[in-house]
Amino acid sequence: MTGRFEVEVLLFGRHRELAGQSVVSVELAAGGTVADLRRALSGHPSVGTAMEGSAVALNRRYESDDSPVLEGDEVAVIPPVAGG
Amino acid sequence: MTVTGTRVVRPASDGVVVAEVTEDELDGGDLLRRIGGTSDGAVIVFEGRVRDHNSGRVVVGLHYDAYREMADEVLREIAAEAIQVTGASAIGVRHRVGNLTPPSVSLVVAVSAAHRRPAYEASTYVIDELKLRLPLWKQEVYDDGTTRWLGGEVSPVHRGGAGPEKQRGGG
Repeated sequence: MTGRFEVEVLLFGRHRELAGQSVVSVELAAGGTVADLRRALSGHPSVGTAMEGSAVALNRRYESDDSPVLEGDEVAVIPPVAGG
Repeated sequence: MTVTGTRVVRPASDGVVVAEVTEDELDGGDLLRRIGGTSDGAVIVFEGRVRDHNSGRVVVGLHYDAYREMADEVLREIAAEAIQVTGASAIGVRHRVGNLTPPSVSLVVAVSAAHRRPAYEASTYVIDELKLRLPLWKQEVYDDGTTRWLGGEVSPVHRGGAGPEKQRGGG
């Protein structure tokens, strides 16, 4: 596979506040993983420093760093949760 | 199938009567009435409420934000697990989002079981797990007008590993 694709990433909680928006776009290479997504987001001007300690969900499931991100996936960054 | 008011209630095969994140006011009594059969000797309800203080500061309100679509699915999974793990009969759980003031109810967990021990254990399981896994966040609002997002629990899913959920591909 070659080429790159754009991923729209859903933001919540403090990330949304930091970014001033609920979605940010990053570019991934075909075959990219959750780890690549983390690297791309860590360079983002508003979200970057807050990425540490956050989980990533693909299609509403928590995924590990080696999981592939596919074009069209519903992608979300999940900061440490605080329910109850 | 029974009809309660305008709601159609389908007894779920996994015992989860309701599991949802909602903006509506919560009512533990409503959930209690929807669970428990003739074989259940124990029916309990837990209400989590917004309190007016935290870490020495006066809290005048809480703002809850959630990833609604994922949260409903995670909440249902947690409730189903609680039933499997403890042997409870049925669970109903709702978590509220939006702007709440003390002493509003933010969480309701209702459990029915044959005996009290699985009922209490299932209730505790649901609350412990949602604090680790439910994609939902709270921001405290203080009496001086300042706000703070709570750090929350740092669970295994937040260290670059997958959580208790099954991973993509299933390998």
